[in-house]
Amino acid sequence: MGTLLIMIVFGLFFAAIFTGGYNNTLIQRARKTTAWDWLTSVDHKKIGVMYFMAGIFYFVVGGLEALFMRYQLLVPGNDAFVGRTFNELLTMHGTTMIFFAAMPLIFGLINVVMPLQIGARDVAFPFLNSLGFWLFFFGALLTNMGWIFGGAPDAGWTSYVQLALNEYSPGPGVDYYVLGLQIAGAGTTMSGINFLVTILNMRTKGMSLLRMPMFTWTSLITSVLIIFAMPPLTIALLLLMMDRLFGANFFDHVMGGSAVLWEHLFWIFGHPEVYIVVLPAFGIMSDIFSTFSKKKLFGYNSMVFATSLIGFLGFMVWVHHMFTVGLGPVSNSIFAIATMLIAIPTGIKVFNWLFTMWGGELTFPVAMKWAIGFIPTFVIGGMTGIMLAAPPADFQYQDSYFVVAHFHYVLIGGTVFALLAGAYYWWPKMFGKMLSERLGNWHFWLFFIGFHLTFFPQHFLGLFGMPRRVFTYEPNVGLEYINQVSTFGAILMGIGTIIFAWNMIQSFRSKKIAAADPWDGRSLEWATETPVPFYNFAQLPEVRGVDAFWLEKQAGNKQMTPAEPLGKIHMPSGSHIPFLMSIALFVGGWGLIARSWQIGVMGLLAFGVTMFMRSFDRDHGFYVKPKELLDKEAKS
Amino acid sequence: MAHHPVEIKPGMHLETATFEGKNKVMGFWMFLGAETVLFACLFGTYLALRNQTVNGPSGAELFDPVLVAVATAILLFSSLTSVFAMMAMNKLDKKGMLFWLGVTVLLGLSFLVLEIYEFVHYIHEGHTFMSSAFGSSFYALVGTHGAHVTFGIIWISTIMYQAWKWGINTETAPKLFVSSLYWHFIDVVWVFIFTLVYLLGMVG
Ligand code: HEM
Ligand SMILES: [Cu+2]
Repeated sequence: MGTLLIMIVFGLFFAAIFTGGYNNTLIQRARKTTAWDWLTSVDHKKIGVMYFMAGIFYFVVGGLEALFMRYQLLVPGNDAFVGRTFNELLTMHGTTMIFFAAMPLIFGLINVVMPLQIGARDVAFPFLNSLGFWLFFFGALLTNMGWIFGGAPDAGWTSYVQLALNEYSPGPGVDYYVLGLQIAGAGTTMSGINFLVTILNMRTKGMSLLRMPMFTWTSLITSVLIIFAMPPLTIALLLLMMDRLFGANFFDHVMGGSAVLWEHLFWIFGHPEVYIVVLPAFGIMSDIFSTFSKKKLFGYNSMVFATSLIGFLGFMVWVHHMFTVGLGPVSNSIFAIATMLIAIPTGIKVFNWLFTMWGGELTFPVAMKWAIGFIPTFVIGGMTGIMLAAPPADFQYQDSYFVVAHFHYVLIGGTVFALLAGAYYWWPKMFGKMLSERLGNWHFWLFFIGFHLTFFPQHFLGLFGMPRRVFTYEPNVGLEYINQVSTFGAILMGIGTIIFAWNMIQSFRSKKIAAADPWDGRSLEWATETPVPFYNFAQLPEVRGVDAFWLEKQAGNKQMTPAEPLGKIHMPSGSHIPFLMSIALFVGGWGLIARSWQIGVMGLLAFGVTMFMRSFDRDHGFYVKPKELLDKEAKS
Repeated sequence: MAHHPVEIKPGMHLETATFEGKNKVMGFWMFLGAETVLFACLFGTYLALRNQTVNGPSGAELFDPVLVAVATAILLFSSLTSVFAMMAMNKLDKKGMLFWLGVTVLLGLSFLVLEIYEFVHYIHEGHTFMSSAFGSSFYALVGTHGAHVTFGIIWISTIMYQAWKWGINTETAPKLFVSSLYWHFIDVVWVFIFTLVYLLGMVG
């Protein structure tokens, strides 16, 4: 009852502040601050930047967790981070890197770049875009609260039951995972829908589907995957929450529940998820290869086809994570074949990239270095994937460091390299400044060499029998030396990342505005001004083919041909409701974790109230005059 | 991004007359795609666990065909009335639309009452959310559907109020349209629940 009272008082207090009934001048002043501007922004570029910066932050957090683990594994029998602490580190490392680093970094790039690439002024649902970001933000925050209050999740990023049930994971740890991911996941689904509708409906004149840049294409397929892959996770988390919080029996085998059910639900989400994070990476690489080869992407249509096929097959292979469960030889064989089939479209892509470079006018700025480093790295990861896809062999590899090596080759070699490449490539459009190439080279080489030193030896750790997710190993069985090399490599990656951070800080501090088209780019984002005005294009451009901007430049034009007369532009207004909605769910989620039903219910009710606020919000945006129009008017 | 005021005529598709409307309708279809997968997972869970009754009553002992048939008829009929509402909306007949939406909401409410009565009855028979894996998966599936019905009722009532106050225009029409899509969707889900939970359960 006491908590209830306190909550009501706080609720009234905030309501008073937000409605302006408490102190209107305070509200007026708050509305003028930069913080308010970002908090309520529905501008896709600003949301993209927020996603990106949050992603970088969690990338560093996840990286620190990894370094702690590597420190523990430096020598056999080390006692720096043992038992529960180690389990928390490995769980939060995986969860953070996938959900709170890779995903927001990807969403950041999609948000900033994709609307520019298709010649749009904003996304289809600017409000949902903001809501998606804030849900992610507060979901991630909630998941990480466990570090301070009651213990972080510690049942692995896969949270297998029975381990994740109350009996074996007492305390709130796994609850943070369940509720935090649920909130962040809701945001992800919304963004998927938003990106998909944007790409389908908001393309400028002449931008037919088969003229879209490859990054936009992969964003489209990734969005489809998100829409169909997130719901299984939603259900899995819902059921686990019911089991842990409300005494249900989905997974408790004593009461008839099934542990395999969790594995199915999780991997029906989980495998498509790895393609959700790797397809946009393919897109980034495709754009970069063709820009720095000064050639049209080789096999554009086959690239589109391969991407779609990978997206489709990605849903047919989840059982390869469950070969050792004992589903039987028929099912294992079918899923093994389906898994190996994915290598075909992936191979098509790799050859297309090589042929794009073939005979091209190559230059090697840092972005291109990442792209070139990506090819052999990713191919190694694909090869170990095929090895794992053979069930009899997988019985040996399963749960060993070999698997760890495999997925880091594809996830870092694929997704992370691509995101870093994308960062160097699109930095001028995101922030209006350039990153230093000199520091970038240091970053690339340290990280690249460090990566291979860290993970190549882990294949052998696995083959020599070291299980994954165990905090120590025996001396004198031939594992010390390899582990030390691995830890040394991780330190190099850490130093590389510090240099990257320094590079970012330098660019923020520099006053020099980047050129509008620093790489002699091919797609529409390079046809905008730098910094990009908030309405993106004063006049929407007309597109005449693949590599729209390049075609115009070849034809001797400095700019795109406009598709509309100069005029007033309609833009959506900002809103603070997404932020409030996300806070409401954050509070509600935390209430449930603390087993305080009053706060849980109140959070949900508050969320309902914010939904009404949104429904009755009749703001239809506003009109602006672009600079060009103002200039023209001033002249006449 | 054409933002010219749209001239409103009866018989036109007001819901997709503006750019925002088009986006909204398409986005909602995608959302229903996600919802389909969501329910598919719940169906899968139920089918996997439905025989794990652990000493409790089984579906064949519990389910009452008459009650469920009535509930099904009510919900199917409410889909029809929401179609009438949309037809009235296209004719810009505000009164008719509000009437049919009102009928839809009332039918939805009576469905909910029947469902609550049914659940209370089951709980007396010892079939609860916590009694077994069968119980958990049954209430998760049917309960999630019931939650959707509840949400639909609140949602449609809210939009009825807005349409009553603001009229049928390019702002309210897309909302009315997608909420009726939503209503059809939960109706279709119920058809599957009727066959896969109740009919299959009664067969044993
Ligand atoms: C040719 C393509 C690929 C094949 C054949 C393949 C195959 C496999 C197989 C069979 C496993 C299960 C190993 C085990 O647990 O015993 C696995 C694990 C994994 N793969 Fe791949 N894979 C491929 C590409 C990728 C890509 C592109 C990614 C991500 C971008 C990825 C991420 C992962 C992850 C994260 C795991 C481990 C999940 C865990 O248990 O925690 N894989 N892969
Ligand atoms: Cu997989």
